[in-house]
Amino acid sequence: MKTKILNVNKSMGSNLITIGMIVVAYTVCQTLIATGSMTNLLKNLLVAMCYYSIMAISLNLTVGILGQLSLGHAGFVCIGAFVGAFFSKVTISTIENTFIRFSLAILIGALSAGLFGVIIGVVVLRLKGDYLAIVTLAFGEIVKNVINVLYIGIDSKGVHFSMSDTASLNLEEGGTVIVKGAQGISGTPRNSTFTIGVILLILTYLIIVNFINSRSGRAVMAIRDNKIAAESVGINITKYKILAFSLSAALAGVAGVLYSHNIATVQSTKFGYNMSIMILVYVVLGGMGNLRGSIIAAVLLTFLPEYLRFMRDYRMLIYSIVLIAMMLFNWAPACINWRKNHSLKSYINAVVRMFKKNKKEA
Amino acid sequence: MKKRIFALVITLSFAMLSLAACGTKETADGNEKFYIGGIGPITGGAAVYGQHVKDAAALAVKEINDAGGINGYMIEYRFEDDVHDPEKAVNAYNTLKDWGMQILMGTVTSNPGNAVKEETYADNMFMLTPSGSAPEVIQYDNAFQVCFSDPNQGMASAQYIANKGLATKVAAIYNSSDVYSTGIYEKFAEEAKNQNFDIVSAEAFTDDSDTDFMVQLQKAKDSGAELLFLPIYYEEATLILTQANAMDFKPIFFGCDGLDGILGVDNFDLSLAEGVMLLTPFAADADDAKTQKFVEDFKAINGDIPNQFGADAYDAIYIIKAAIEKSGVTPDMSISDITDGMKEAMTQITVDGLTGAGMTWEATGEVNKAPMAVVIEDGQYVSAE
Repeated sequence: MKTKILNVNKSMGSNLITIGMIVVAYTVCQTLIATGSMTNLLKNLLVAMCYYSIMAISLNLTVGILGQLSLGHAGFVCIGAFVGAFFSKVTISTIENTFIRFSLAILIGALSAGLFGVIIGVVVLRLKGDYLAIVTLAFGEIVKNVINVLYIGIDSKGVHFSMSDTASLNLEEGGTVIVKGAQGISGTPRNSTFTIGVILLILTYLIIVNFINSRSGRAVMAIRDNKIAAESVGINITKYKILAFSLSAALAGVAGVLYSHNIATVQSTKFGYNMSIMILVYVVLGGMGNLRGSIIAAVLLTFLPEYLRFMRDYRMLIYSIVLIAMMLFNWAPACINWRKNHSLKSYINAVVRMFKKNKKEA
Repeated sequence: MKKRIFALVITLSFAMLSLAACGTKETADGNEKFYIGGIGPITGGAAVYGQHVKDAAALAVKEINDAGGINGYMIEYRFEDDVHDPEKAVNAYNTLKDWGMQILMGTVTSNPGNAVKEETYADNMFMLTPSGSAPEVIQYDNAFQVCFSDPNQGMASAQYIANKGLATKVAAIYNSSDVYSTGIYEKFAEEAKNQNFDIVSAEAFTDDSDTDFMVQLQKAKDSGAELLFLPIYYEEATLILTQANAMDFKPIFFGCDGLDGILGVDNFDLSLAEGVMLLTPFAADADDAKTQKFVEDFKAINGDIPNQFGADAYDAIYIIKAAIEKSGVTPDMSISDITDGMKEAMTQITVDGLTGAGMTWEATGEVNKAPMAVVIEDGQYVSAE
């Protein structure tokens, strides 16, 4: 009985620590901003840290919890970014209240990314491992390239689409072009703030944690650990796979909306496989299935290249070396052993033991 | 033992990082100098443009400082990398702001410019882009361009082709994933309707498929085009010229300033570029003393022959100098006051630079200068007039 209570507390405690860390970081940052001692660079990076963290923990759901390698996560972010930005630009004059408009944009961005997650999931989740990785990679590139040639304009008659150029939209006088092919969407209202970013990050975290600890989450992890055993106890494999995959996609869409409302201009070329790999790096560095690790990795790796600007031309080289060093430090077996022997906990324990020994002798 | 050394290295590197952070903070209050910042890609795919801008601007800054500065004030110049990415460009902008930047010479490319212009507008910081040619970059009144805007180039090209009677059937190949290329092409196609020639074929390619142009060329050839319009960069143009030659398709090739640099490409048969026409504001082998001195000095720093981007940046620094002198702003003024002064001065000054004589500016930020058409003869630019 006692152990059971302890277990529940442990999982709860871990979540509380993570949320506590986010809240403390948020408070510290807000204090620094209020006292004017934070640099412009860092102030601007705070929102970026939030959306990269959301991307990382949402991908962790697919990679760490579902156990499937996805290389097309940036595709979902892209869908969220464009749908959200499109919605905001269209409704900017009709929905005056920024809060309502932005909340709706986030919701719509998440829903459309989630919808694509279902569509893609139904098709590709029959594959696994390397095959799935390649197919998701292809999906990400398709999304990027289709949006890259997409022209959408609006006039009094409604919405016009084209795949060739703005002239073939046939807009009437006074119509506006919203999505401009390679130029993407520019002039999106900049509604993303650090506070909203942090709230969304905590919400995303809670959604994922609740999902993991739910009946569905346990089914998903059972599939990850042993598909045949899971199937034999009657778990509907396809259903749970798609559920986890589309939830992960929808949350990536949230990050996308936050992204496109942070920078005034967004192009689809940004969301290539490079970005997908980068998100995967956050997940792998932070630890598969370890949400707190993903957040820390995303924050560190967003911060690092900007921080290293004083290295001038060697910046990206040093960044790569630091990345390799961090990866080794975190995951090389020898390093894990070393950290176990030299962890803060072991030192504290040693001190405590010494203290107890002394007490006994006294 | 090994583990210990490894841990030591890691600990040291992190300690170094945190120390270095303390050292980068500089304040710009009570300035004796003008702090001019530059933003552009010096790593990644578009690095060649940023590198030329960075070095050419540094050259101009050095010349001005050696000659006694602007109204007696020296210039501090710093250039930050944006990897041709809007997000990174805003980071670069904020880094420069923390450094104390008062005037922005950037951005080099258009997409990052679109993001940075929102920041400069919010801060009311003067922004002069050497080569960010999309019209959106100068949307606000604090931003100015040294180069032609893309639509202007498209319009000028169409008018030039029509006025000179170069062709009646024109084909175009453009890069649909590039803002520069589509910007020129769209205006060109629009203007072509008012002119006495027809666009008989218009084919696009993207950054992901920029090596094989056989399909596009075949269509252009089948349509009987006498002139092929190439509003693209020179790397792809060399491939198009080579492949067109292989299929015996020999129209007039006509490009814009993106083709500048085509003569410097390694392993490219220069005889294929014979007769290629381009609209460019700058030719590195022009024989006026100013250009020759610039090319020589630039080669000493960078090693390459400067392209049009470098020339634009060199001019940009001198334009900033002219605007400061005209307005009489001083480094101890607030950023907003400097901007207001320079903004007004920009519409009053006339600058003779490498990329055009008698350049003037509209309040909208667009430059007025004559487009210059050159044709390649014997591996040299020759004025086409």
